[in-house]
Amino acid sequence: MHSLTVYLCISLALFVLGLLAMMTRKNAISVLMGIELILNSAGLNFVAFSRFATGNLDGQGAAVFVIIVAAAEAAVALAVFLNLYRLKATTEVDKASELRG
Amino acid sequence: MIGLSLYILLAPLAAFLITIFFGKRLPRGGDWISLAAIWSGLAASLYLLFAHVLPSYDPAFGETLRFDWLKWGNYRLTVGINLDNMAVVMLVVVTLVSAVVHLYSVGYMRGDKRYSLFFSYLSFFSFSMLGLVLADNLFVIYAFWELVGLSSYLLIGFWYEKDSASDAAKKAFVVNRVGDAGMLIGILIVFTALGTLNLHDIAAGVAAGQLSGGLLTAAGICLFLGAVGKSAQFPLHVWLPDAMEGPTPVSALIHAATMVAAGVYLMARLFVILTFDASLVIAYVGAFTAIFSATIAVAQNDIKRVLAYSTCSQLGYMMMALGVGSYQAGFFHLVTHAMFKAALFLGSGSVIHAMHHALHHVHSEADPQDMRNMGGLRRKLPLTFATFLIATIALAGVPFTSGFLSKDAILGGTLAFAMEHPAHWILPVFGFAAAALTAFYMFRLVYLTFAGTFRMGHEAEHHLHESPKVMTVPLVILAVLCFFAFYSLPALNPTTPAGGWFAQLFPNPPRAYEAITAAAAAHGEHAAVEREATVHIHRVAHNAAMGISILVAGLGILIATLAYYWKRLSPALWQRRLGIVYRGMYRKWWIDEVYDATAVSGSLLLSRIFAWFDLAVIDGIVNGTAWLTRSYASVEGWFDLRVVDGLVNLTAWVVGTWGKFVRIFQGGQVQRYIFYTLIVVGLLVLLSVFQGMS
Repeated sequence: MHSLTVYLCISLALFVLGLLAMMTRKNAISVLMGIELILNSAGLNFVAFSRFATGNLDGQGAAVFVIIVAAAEAAVALAVFLNLYRLKATTEVDKASELRG
Repeated sequence: MIGLSLYILLAPLAAFLITIFFGKRLPRGGDWISLAAIWSGLAASLYLLFAHVLPSYDPAFGETLRFDWLKWGNYRLTVGINLDNMAVVMLVVVTLVSAVVHLYSVGYMRGDKRYSLFFSYLSFFSFSMLGLVLADNLFVIYAFWELVGLSSYLLIGFWYEKDSASDAAKKAFVVNRVGDAGMLIGILIVFTALGTLNLHDIAAGVAAGQLSGGLLTAAGICLFLGAVGKSAQFPLHVWLPDAMEGPTPVSALIHAATMVAAGVYLMARLFVILTFDASLVIAYVGAFTAIFSATIAVAQNDIKRVLAYSTCSQLGYMMMALGVGSYQAGFFHLVTHAMFKAALFLGSGSVIHAMHHALHHVHSEADPQDMRNMGGLRRKLPLTFATFLIATIALAGVPFTSGFLSKDAILGGTLAFAMEHPAHWILPVFGFAAAALTAFYMFRLVYLTFAGTFRMGHEAEHHLHESPKVMTVPLVILAVLCFFAFYSLPALNPTTPAGGWFAQLFPNPPRAYEAITAAAAAHGEHAAVEREATVHIHRVAHNAAMGISILVAGLGILIATLAYYWKRLSPALWQRRLGIVYRGMYRKWWIDEVYDATAVSGSLLLSRIFAWFDLAVIDGIVNGTAWLTRSYASVEGWFDLRVVDGLVNLTAWVVGTWGKFVRIFQGGQVQRYIFYTLIVVGLLVLLSVFQGMS
């Protein structure tokens, strides 16, 4: 059962879950968690294609890079949310609508 | 010497500038500044005459000052001062008459509300006239020629509240323009042919034959036209009698002694370049003016108008003298005439002054200048009468006066000319007839004014007074200068100016055309004989002219005495007997009426035609253009409003509507964007799936 299809299916599941979380959750933290899921599904794809399709380590390098970017992104996003909470006493993304045209 | 002449020229200018700007603030209106300028100028002129001109008796004496004024290309226009015998004598005449007139005006103009302005104008005139005398260049002469015309205009119209005065001023100005246009053409002819306007260079150029024949004749006649205007020769004489509307001192200074003589002076300056034909024109115009104006003077009743026509007539004499080649006689008559005619005008001013006061006291509306209102003034105005009588006999040409000397010289020269050219016998006839008429009308004037009894009643007569000393002293000065002795020293010959200082200073210069003929004739053996014959003719003519002129002057005086003193002849009866001739003389031969009918109404008609053309055609074109522009503009405005603006608005509407539609999707919620993205990606996936299937 250690075939590419399994990994891709898991990755697809992760992506869909992340996308749903991102689209439906009001809480910014949950949206961030959805984004993390999408990133991780992309990382899983890199690793899977690296293992089964190419045979070299390029994809795994890219996965490490994704993890680093996700960590940085989480740090920045959490800082933004903290400030948002300080300003609005909420972390709901719909309430941060000052920039709407 | 040049420096002194510059002082004489510029002192009146300085006086003019001071009095015109500060005159009203100065004590006595600043008249003393003008007086000081002109009297010091007289002293300087007399110094020049006695210290430099008279001791040497050199006809060729002259000093010049020239400097470049304008340069263009290779040509340079030089201007400068030409101080020769003629200029010095003219300086003395102008400053003398001007000085006594200044003095006289102190009395005559006293109490006038523009007293100060009068003196600044007098100074301005003196400056202009002296500049005209001193100029060495036709261009500068022309400039000063216009300046004296301007000051004449200002002074004729000095009492501009009177319509007649301002009309007369305008008339003088306009009539003079006619002559000046001719003069300008003459100057341009000379300049085109010779490339110079300097008087000496012109004379040299003509002598060298660079300008000759018909063109030279045309130049001479055109330049003479300027003199016709300024010196009031027929047919441009009409302004001078009207100019008598000005104050009487002005009439004496400008319209008798100096400015009107400027034309004669100019022709004397240009004498050497005149051709025989041009000279003939000048002689005939002068002779005709002399007789023509004299006939008018006979029938006038206004004391100043008689004198004005007399001035025209005497200027005609001077022109005639220049025309027949008697340069010396013409210029001599200019000098002597300046003295006695100024005396006559100032004397008439004294009479008018007295009459004005007397009539004012009795509240009479009678004309103080009309001789029919005068009479018997010799008892009330003895000094005026004495000086007036002396000047009158000088003008009439009675022996032992200056007028006799100069008029006799002219008539002798004219007679000699007629003897040499018998075809022109009419010239001396005109001359002698005018002499008889002159004697007649002058004595008529004297008898009507001073003899008999006063015609305006005892009460008015009671108020007649002799003028103050400041007015009578000038009269005495001028009357004294009417005696022959001042002009014929050292010879003291009462019959002829020959031998006197004047004749020695101004011999007749040979004219260019004469010099050429003389050079041709000099080779022949007859030259000496011919010269002898000419001298003989002149001697005979002079003696004959002297006899005839004494005779005709006596005749004129006799008739005047018979008619107006002894009352043996009735003027009224003779007026009726002469009929149309008398009416012509009285109405000035209808010249003014003829001008009104032709020149004036012609100009008016032309103006009306031009006005109609302007209104109908030019204005029509302008208005049509405006209408076209407006119509086009309204069409274009409609197009702009409907089409261009419509397109612009349509674009805006499309963009706006589209924007409104698109705004629906831009809610600002990232999650919704992601949802849209998901739908689109789903659609794309479906599309690729369907493409893969087909």
